[in-house]
Amino acid sequence: MNTTIQLSGAHALIHSIIHEGTDTIFGYPGGNIIPVFDALYDYYNQIHYVLGRHEQGSIHAAQGYARISGKVGVCIVTSGPAATNVITGIGDAMLDSTPLVVITGQVGDTMLGTDAFQEIDMVGITQPITKWCYQIRRPEEIAWAVARAFYIARTGRKGPVVLDFTKNAQNALVTDYRPEKCTFIRSYVPVSKPNMAKIEEAAQLINQAKKPLALVGQGVLLGNAEVELTQFLEKADIPAGWTLLGESALPSDFRLNKGMLGMHGNIAPNLKTNECDVLIAIGMRFDDRVTGDMNTYAKQAKIIHFDIDVAEIGKNIPVDVPVLGDVKTTLPLITQLLKKTSHQEWVNSFAVAERKEKELVIEKEIHPKEGAIKMGEVIAKIADATHNQAVVVTDVGQNQMMAARYSKFAQSNSFITSGGLGTMGFGIPAAIGAKIGAPERTVVLFVGDGGFQMTIQELGTIMQEKVGVKMVILNNNFLGMVRQWQELFYHKRYSSTPMQNPDFVAIAKAYGINAAVVGEREKLDNAIEAMLSDDKAYLLVVNVEDNGLVYPMTPAGTCVTNIIVNGEKIVL
Amino acid sequence: MIELTKDKKLYTVTVFSENTPGLLNQITIIFTRRQLNIETLSVSPSALKGIHKFTITVVTTHDMIEKVVKQIDKRIDVLKAYYNVDEELIFQEIALYKLSTEKVLEMGSIESLIRRYDARVLEMNSTCIVIEKTGLYEETQNLFDELSQTIGVLQFIRSGRVAITKGKVERLSDMLASLENAQ
Ligand SMILES: Cc1ncc(C[n+]2csc(CCOP(=O)(O)OP(=O)(O)O)c2C)c(N)n1
Repeated sequence: MNTTIQLSGAHALIHSIIHEGTDTIFGYPGGNIIPVFDALYDYYNQIHYVLGRHEQGSIHAAQGYARISGKVGVCIVTSGPAATNVITGIGDAMLDSTPLVVITGQVGDTMLGTDAFQEIDMVGITQPITKWCYQIRRPEEIAWAVARAFYIARTGRKGPVVLDFTKNAQNALVTDYRPEKCTFIRSYVPVSKPNMAKIEEAAQLINQAKKPLALVGQGVLLGNAEVELTQFLEKADIPAGWTLLGESALPSDFRLNKGMLGMHGNIAPNLKTNECDVLIAIGMRFDDRVTGDMNTYAKQAKIIHFDIDVAEIGKNIPVDVPVLGDVKTTLPLITQLLKKTSHQEWVNSFAVAERKEKELVIEKEIHPKEGAIKMGEVIAKIADATHNQAVVVTDVGQNQMMAARYSKFAQSNSFITSGGLGTMGFGIPAAIGAKIGAPERTVVLFVGDGGFQMTIQELGTIMQEKVGVKMVILNNNFLGMVRQWQELFYHKRYSSTPMQNPDFVAIAKAYGINAAVVGEREKLDNAIEAMLSDDKAYLLVVNVEDNGLVYPMTPAGTCVTNIIVNGEKIVL
Repeated sequence: MIELTKDKKLYTVTVFSENTPGLLNQITIIFTRRQLNIETLSVSPSALKGIHKFTITVVTTHDMIEKVVKQIDKRIDVLKAYYNVDEELIFQEIALYKLSTEKVLEMGSIESLIRRYDARVLEMNSTCIVIEKTGLYEETQNLFDELSQTIGVLQFIRSGRVAITKGKVERLSDMLASLENAQ
């Protein structure tokens, strides 16, 4: 492609996107993007185009695809209502640092600002929730804008970029089109150079620590630094907890993996947060769902914070030693300086809380003897049945917290959930995107009866694209997580949380998707086996107890050690 | 007058950016999200071609200004953002006052007022007189107060702050060179 050619703006856009290595696009057509879809028709052998059923579904699918594949997710939709339909996904990708390029159609430049049919100020709306957004008004800008968009989305702290593409620029001819490559923007420093003084300072703190604790976030996964992380932890014998989005960065059976942090996390790493002497945050951002009350959080500890984003340093929690940069680079630099140590007594001390949690919570949840099926037991059984090898996708609510707690992982980057925004309806489409991004892997979705119905229309996408996702509705006939808060904090006033549900199996079947329902414990194993017996899409509806609670729980805004189990505060 | 408390100060935020559309909005919403009111704002081309300079004043805590400036600096098209307190700056504001010619003539003379405030007359016609004063906020305010109480002010306008740091700071062109070298 050295000779320049004459193309329409729409063709130039597709060309530039292919030039960035894209082979899959999610989206939905409409009037102000028709030229782009018309151009796509010419590239059917280079681009797999996935037609969604609602733009929210398309963008969540692009997110699931981006998160599993590490590539930039691409979503193309029309202007106006389609553009506003992707807002939730853009916000979700912003909070969860997911690389996306979202292209929205826009009215022609002469109509801009006139309230033309399906005109919406997309750039104005998305400025606060994108890493970058730009309106392409002339076809000559396409090569530059697309190259820049992909570069921004996938470098530094990753995130969503919006290109708002006016219709005149889609139709006009570009005479000197040549795809560009962007590798540098002078006003943008994606990754700072490691500061050796800070690295030495951090190493010294860790070398002196008696009770170090690491907090692992999604930064490790985004930076592909899993190996560097385990080497770091092993050398100085540092136990680690992980955030919701950091799940699967460490194998579940890794000796120093001490479990999940936060509101519904494991007791041990939460309690130990306020006992450790050096707290080492790695690619995580001290979200309030992790810290609880920030004024009582880890006050006794020196805090080291590894992050790629300088704006995260000190944003929520004051930091003693910031280590800026890409963890794939900074972790080995620090590991080099660490003394090979053992903190046997400290590491073993986690066992007290672990035993307590096993006895009070985990055993009852995954091996109940009687009563209705519990969410935890379904998740644990599926983890076993897939040999901890599945990609687990979740929706939001109790299903999400239970999936996070009871899934097990042998492979990294295998847990996909909406963390920062907590978007119900994320599950089905994200699972579709994940399966398309990793067709060789088993993708299991856990979703509530509420969340399933928020993007239920994407069953159509599964049908048309033959996406072999395994969907498990944990059906409690309630908006379970809200019901939990009502039971615990609102005097059991179940306002707007009981749900009358449709026949999910019949719905799935209407879409040509195999489906079954199970409500008895004795039949659960067989039902799971039937679901996993082939690589086709499948819906398993599991009728679970309607009054289940996710424990442990640290009520929002309270101290990280204020851990409630079965209605009582844990004391060890 | 701006309300200062023990832990809140007036900070001057300086932002250098590419001249891309929509940047002003991107910057101001960062203040809004943190519930900060912008006191003054001025935007103009900087000494370097194609680079814009924003000068924004805001009353807040040291902790908050640190965070806000980092968020601004993070925007893709922002070259550099930093903040200063008044002690580190030379700064000025400019104010214009429109007075009724008739009222001024009734007063007799405004010579002493003009001298005392080091103000100057920009326009004089049969209906109005326009006076200009540059100075600190307090100074332009004092003149406004005195005029209001005597002659009356028909219209008043004050600019945002323009500021320059006192210390020897890196020059913008040096900073750009170092950014380009990072390539
Ligand atoms: C789009 C959206 N709307 C509302 C909420 C608030 N919310 C959080 S969890 C929840 C209940 C979810 O119920 P369900 O999908 O049945 O899952 P369960 O908690 O029962 O597993 C609600 C309504 C949300 N997170 N997202």
